[in-house]
Amino acid sequence: MLNIMSIKKAKAANAGAPPTSKTSAAQIRLQKDLADMDHLPSTMALAFPDPNDVFHFRLTITPDEGFYRGGRFHFTFTVPTSYPHEPPRVLCTQTIYHPNIDLEGKVCLNILREDWKPVLNINSILVGLQYLFLEPNADDPLNKEAAAILQSSRATFDANVRKAMRGGAFGGVTYDNVMVHP
Amino acid sequence: MDADNDADRDADSGDDDDDDDSDSDSDAEARWSDLWRAVGTSGPLAAPGFDPAAAVAQLRATRVLVIGAGGLGCELLKDLALSGFRRLDVVDMDTIDISNLNRQFLFRAADVGAPKATTAARWVARRVRGCRITPHVARIQALPDAFYAQFGLIVCGLDSVEARRWISFLVLRLYAEQDLMIPLIDGGTEGLKGQSRVILPHLTACYECSLDMQTKAVTYPICTIANTPRLPEHCVEWASVMAWPKAFPGTPLDADDPTHLAWLYDAAAARARDHHIRGVTYKLTQGVVKHIIPAIASTNAAVAASCVNEALKIVTAAYRYLNNYMLYAGDRGVYTYTFALARTPACPACGSARLEMAVHPDRSLAAFLADLADAPSIQLARPSVRTATASLYMHAPPALEAATRANLARPLRDLVASGDTLTVTDASLPISLQIRLCLDPTQDPPEASAEPEARG
Ligand SMILES: [Zn+2]
Repeated sequence: MLNIMSIKKAKAANAGAPPTSKTSAAQIRLQKDLADMDHLPSTMALAFPDPNDVFHFRLTITPDEGFYRGGRFHFTFTVPTSYPHEPPRVLCTQTIYHPNIDLEGKVCLNILREDWKPVLNINSILVGLQYLFLEPNADDPLNKEAAAILQSSRATFDANVRKAMRGGAFGGVTYDNVMVHP
Repeated sequence: MDADNDADRDADSGDDDDDDDSDSDSDAEARWSDLWRAVGTSGPLAAPGFDPAAAVAQLRATRVLVIGAGGLGCELLKDLALSGFRRLDVVDMDTIDISNLNRQFLFRAADVGAPKATTAARWVARRVRGCRITPHVARIQALPDAFYAQFGLIVCGLDSVEARRWISFLVLRLYAEQDLMIPLIDGGTEGLKGQSRVILPHLTACYECSLDMQTKAVTYPICTIANTPRLPEHCVEWASVMAWPKAFPGTPLDADDPTHLAWLYDAAAARARDHHIRGVTYKLTQGVVKHIIPAIASTNAAVAASCVNEALKIVTAAYRYLNNYMLYAGDRGVYTYTFALARTPACPACGSARLEMAVHPDRSLAAFLADLADAPSIQLARPSVRTATASLYMHAPPALEAATRANLARPLRDLVASGDTLTVTDASLPISLQIRLCLDPTQDPPEASAEPEARG
C-alpha cells in the first residue's frame, strides 16, 4: 500500500497560474458522444445554433416510412451539466399529432426519464425518437385521444396524421404544417 | 435556544478565546495521550514508510479541507478536531434552516439564517482547544484551483452527485496540472444507508468511474403522470412537469421558492382529488420536487466516523487505509462491505491520458491534428478537439464538422491561448486526451512536426 503523504510533490511554480475555464467531465463525455456520431442515418440531422455550445442543439427527423413519412419534425435538446448522470431534456418544437408526444411537445420515451442510465448516450435517444415515429405506441399515451384512435382504427389514425401534418385543424387543435413538401 | 445547554457547553470548553496550542499545556496533552499511543507506535499493521516520530507532527501540520457543513459535515468537523487535526478549513454556501436542527447538532435555533460553515467552525474550534477552523461561505465551483492546492487532504460530506463529480474531477486536475496528489475521502448517506470511499487521483477509481452506481432521483413515466396517476407522487410530478410550464411558460420552477411550492401543492392536491388519490401534502410536494432523501443522524455519524478514521490513517500512515470503498447498510442490523472498486478504463475523467505539447503559434490546426495522428504515442484517426469553451474541430456530427471546418486552416494562436487544455476525442479511442498546449515561438517552424511527450 502506498504511503500517500510521502509521494506528494507540490510544484509551487504552477500553483499561481491564472485560472482558465475548466473542462468538466460532462463536457468530455458529451464531446465523445457527439464526435462518435459520424454515421447518422439520412433521416436525422443535428444543428447547433452556437457550435461552441454543445449543451444545446436541435434534432430534425424526416421519417422515410411509416405514418409520419414526408414530415419533418424538430426537437430541442438541452443537456444538463449533470450529464450523463441525468438525461438531456428533449422537447418537440411543433404542435404535432402523436400518441407519445403531447401538444406542448413533451415526449414519452422511457429512456428520457425513468429508464435513463449513464451508459446510454445521445445516439440512444436519437434511435428512440426515430422509433417513436416508425412505431407510435398506443400503450404509453401522452396524447390519449390519438392513442385511442390508433388502437381502434389504424386507417383513421393514418388519415388524422396526414391531416395534422398538413397543418389541419380538428378536435379543437390546429396542428403545425410539418410537410417537407408543403 | 436552550440556555442551560449553552451554559454547560461554555463551562466545558474552558476559556473560549484561548488560542494557545502550546505543547506544554498538560491538560491538552493528556487529552491526546490515547491518540498518540495509537498513531505513534509502530507495529505489523502500520502502512509502509510509517515513521512514529513524524506521525504526530504530520497530523498537526496537515491542512484538511472539509466540504459541506451539513449533517455529515458537522460530524466530520467534530471528529477531525477530536482526532488531533489542527488545521481545518470548511466550505459551505448554505445558511442554517430550522429544519436542519434535528441532526446538524452544531446549530441552535438562534443560528437560523447564519452561514453553516461559519457557525460550525466557531463551535468546533471553541470546543477543541488548539484546532483552527477557517470557514468559507462559497460555492465550491467559485473557489480557484490555487485554493484547493493548499490542502493535504479533502474530506467531502456532500449530498449532491453534481458537487461530488466536480470535486473528484478537481483532484484529478490538480494531479495532472500541478503534480499534487491530494487524497479525497468521500462520505455519503441516504436514509439508513451510506458509504465512505478513498479516491487517490489516477490510482483508484474516481467518482466518474462509478457514476453508474449512483442512485438516481426516482422518476415516473411521463405517460403515467399525464394520464393514469395512481400515487400522490404522480400528482406532484404532474404539477411540476406538466402544469407549471403550461401556467407559467418561460418561468423555471424554483423548488426553494415557497410561493412556487405553494402553487405546486395546490395543483397537486386538486389533481389528487380529481383522481381520488390520497396523501398529497405540502411536505410530500416539497420532498418530491426537491428529491429530498431522509437524513438520519446515526447514519451521518457512522459514515463520518469511517471517513475520519481513514483521514487519520492516511495522514499518519499508522495503519493501512481503506481500499477503497466501504458500503454501510444500517437498515439490516449493521452490515458493511468493503471492496476495491475498479477503475473504469474508459472513464471520461480519470481514463484521460494527459500530455503536454509545445507548438509554434503559427502552426495551423490542421497541421497540429496531423501531428496527433502521426505521433507514435497517440495515433488518432479522426480527432475532434475542443477547449472548455470552444469547438475547435469536431469530426462529427456533420453540422459541427461544417461549422468548425474553417478553423483547420487557422493558426493555433487565433484559436487558443498558451496554457489552454484541449480535450481530444476520437472514435478509435475509448478514452479522451487532455493536451495542455504551450504556444512557443521557439518551437520548430510551422511546417515541421511537433513531437508530443507523454507524461504522468
Ligand atoms: Zn474515473
